[in-house]
Amino acid sequence: MNFAFSEEQDQLREAVGKFMESKSPSAEVRRLMETTVGFDPAIWKQMAQELGLQSLHLPEAHGGQGFTFVELGIVLEEMGKVLLCSPYFATVCLAANAIMNAGTDAQQGELLPGIASGDTIAALAFTEPNGKWDASGITMEAKGKGDAWTLEGTKMFVLDGHTANTIVVVAREAGSSGDDGIGFFVVDGEAKGLNRTALATMDQTRKQARLDFSGVAAKPLGDVGKGWAALSKTLDQAAVCIANEMVGGAQKVLDMAVEYAKVRVQFGRPIGSFQAIKHKCADMLLEVESGKSAAYYAAWAAAEDNEELPVVASLAKAYCSDAYFHAAAENIQIHGGIGFTWEHDAHLYFKRAKSSEILLGDATYHRELLAQRIGI
Amino acid sequence: MDFRDTPDEAAFRAEVRAWLAEHLIGEFAALGGRGGPADEHGFDLRVEWEKLLGTDRWLGLSWPEEYGGRDASFAEQIIFSEEYAKADAPARVSFFGEGLFAPTLLAYGTDEQKRRFLPKIQSVEELWCQGYSEPNAGSDLANVATKAVLDGDQWVVNGQKVWTTLAHRAQWCFCVTRTDPASHGHHGLSYLLIPMDQPGVEVRPLKQMTGTAEFNEVFFSDARTDKANVLGEVSDGWKVAMATLGFERGTAFLSQQLGFQRELQDLIEVAQKRGATAHPVIRQELADSYIGVQIMKYSGMRMLTGLVKKGVLGPESSIGKLYWSNWHRTLGERAMHVLGADASIIADPIADPIADPIAEVTDGAESNYVLGELHRIFMFSRSETIYAGSSEIQRNIIGERVLGLPREPR
Ligand SMILES: Cc1cc2nc3c(=O)[nH]c(=O)nc-3n(C[C@H](O)[C@H](O)[C@H](O)COP(=O)(O)OP(=O)(O)OC[C@H]3O[C@@H](n4cnc5c(N)ncnc54)[C@H](O)[C@@H]3O)c2cc1C
Repeated sequence: MNFAFSEEQDQLREAVGKFMESKSPSAEVRRLMETTVGFDPAIWKQMAQELGLQSLHLPEAHGGQGFTFVELGIVLEEMGKVLLCSPYFATVCLAANAIMNAGTDAQQGELLPGIASGDTIAALAFTEPNGKWDASGITMEAKGKGDAWTLEGTKMFVLDGHTANTIVVVAREAGSSGDDGIGFFVVDGEAKGLNRTALATMDQTRKQARLDFSGVAAKPLGDVGKGWAALSKTLDQAAVCIANEMVGGAQKVLDMAVEYAKVRVQFGRPIGSFQAIKHKCADMLLEVESGKSAAYYAAWAAAEDNEELPVVASLAKAYCSDAYFHAAAENIQIHGGIGFTWEHDAHLYFKRAKSSEILLGDATYHRELLAQRIGI
Repeated sequence: MDFRDTPDEAAFRAEVRAWLAEHLIGEFAALGGRGGPADEHGFDLRVEWEKLLGTDRWLGLSWPEEYGGRDASFAEQIIFSEEYAKADAPARVSFFGEGLFAPTLLAYGTDEQKRRFLPKIQSVEELWCQGYSEPNAGSDLANVATKAVLDGDQWVVNGQKVWTTLAHRAQWCFCVTRTDPASHGHHGLSYLLIPMDQPGVEVRPLKQMTGTAEFNEVFFSDARTDKANVLGEVSDGWKVAMATLGFERGTAFLSQQLGFQRELQDLIEVAQKRGATAHPVIRQELADSYIGVQIMKYSGMRMLTGLVKKGVLGPESSIGKLYWSNWHRTLGERAMHVLGADASIIADPIADPIADPIAEVTDGAESNYVLGELHRIFMFSRSETIYAGSSEIQRNIIGERVLGLPREPR
């Protein structure tokens, strides 16, 4: 039993943390969030070429470095701290995992090297306007056979779907329902018949698109019809990833709140000396630390790919969603009026906390999923 | 990061399991997981059981081998507690001696003191109680007024302690006393070890809201103890007292927390048998409690890994105390939700989840207020956010000593 990061992992955290702090200061986040594209291609390239972040947990055979979800979690936590505006989550935590879970070795060999090198920005299009995060939400039908399929329908809430060059689409065989008939397909971002609309997101630091498909030609990824297991696993892995990203943000808002509580003076004393404020901070710390315990443990389970993964993925997603939102909300309260301004960063974290909570299913959804998974 | 047992840990786990399988039989097994806070069920039998644990050095597991322990690592202590909880073994009677006093003794005692007291804790011949709180010294422990003065080779103690758990069972009390009469606050206090069986010590039981009487008032009237029975320096006992609190907030309740998983499992079974799990709110609550208890385990492992690295537990242990006491309190409340209207009757639904609740009252019975397990959790957990430092005090500690927020003006 050992619950500690190794020295190498600590070094990775330090290096990535430094990079993020210098490349993604508040001014940069604010500049990028006002753009439609939503990220800086030069930084994206540096992330791939100098730090090897996109290739971190991809297999060595396909241009990756063969690290695990524990290292990926560290990177995401550091990104979460600075609200990095980037298609990293969509590319690495959703699309790449889907390709690894669903694709044949040959298909992985085709698709992963581009992601590893930073040349490919990828997205996973699975949610639809119905807003469901499970198999029942997938209604888009795929028609065809062999290597030639066409897609018809609409995908919503697709992270970075408007900028991705490669889009992994989840659809189902005509007439199928539930977990049956699910298939993965690969579509080029510029494919004919694909209409992409950038959406006005509540959280401007993470972009979403609506994708309308009319007769779009698509190549299958893995066995069409048997995709549910791969999708379910992809969603669990993504839940673990977002949980790790969320604890980074939660730590950051706690730091902001504590810092302010030490310097802001009212009634002749720092507001942090009032128990009403001090106790809020203490509760935030408890939740942030608990969230870390959950997120790190979940990252380990994902790294091991053991049978605990589905349970701990929902566990971590549920807890960290609530913890981050609570911390982000308390941070605004502790800052008073200044915390309500556009100028102050508090609202950026508040909005990121909310969008992360919604993404992949909120805490209520994951508690119910967990109840089912532990046999309640 | 690796949560699997190492080969050594796996072997240790197998040894614990085998030992429990061999010894936890007959009347001991019949105790089930019973006993413990607000449940003195089978106390004498539990003493006998614990003597078996002591003989084979499961009691005193973490102590150095030269003092009769096994020098067990934290991982091994967790493994022991896990297996102990899984086996539904009886609640421990030596909590104060083994969990609180022994680690303090090992840190601050002389070799002579260790050789005097540790073997008797292990043989369960001497039980301990904690003489901290007084009528005017609760959260503000430094306000202790109980006085001790030297008279030749002995300390003479006068004053009153209150809320002293198991004082009626204990042979010894570790006691915070004022030995410098001119002092106030946390200066001038000594950590005295006082034998309970003497004319100068009177123990009066106090009945709790649970209907049981486990804590007591303790009156010292010219009570005596040998001059040598001071842990640490005379009039410099505050840090020793704080060390005990550190263990109390840190590692002492670890095994209890592992027992919480069982309690939740029992509650889930009751809920399933009664059909309560069809209700979406109950499902949410049970899932949330499951999340909470798992995180308690992960955080415990994280804390212990950090402890191995740093050697000491800092004020961070307050986070754990605040966390588990709240979790448990919420579990108790949720248990009442699961029972619905039957929650108004104190019968034990774990024994029979779907039977009509029967807890018959007869005039003149010794007690008409015997709590079933779920009601016991519901009620006893109210004390857990008070003792070992109330939740408000823990938040002060976390705020001031972990986060570095300014203290309140005093
Ligand atoms: C079941 C049980 C068993 C116990 N066993 C023992 C034992 O074996 N030995 C022993 O010595 N003691 C024992 N205690 C006593 C326990 O340690 C005290 O009850 C505890 O320290 C609180 O003290 P108090 O009861 O005097 O409450 P008070 O200190 O008077 O507190 C009352 C309320 O005021 C709040 N409060 C106090 N100070 C502050 C502050 N600075 N800021 C914010 N809020 C504050 C508290 O949080 C609490 O809500 C036991 C208590 C219980 C309930």
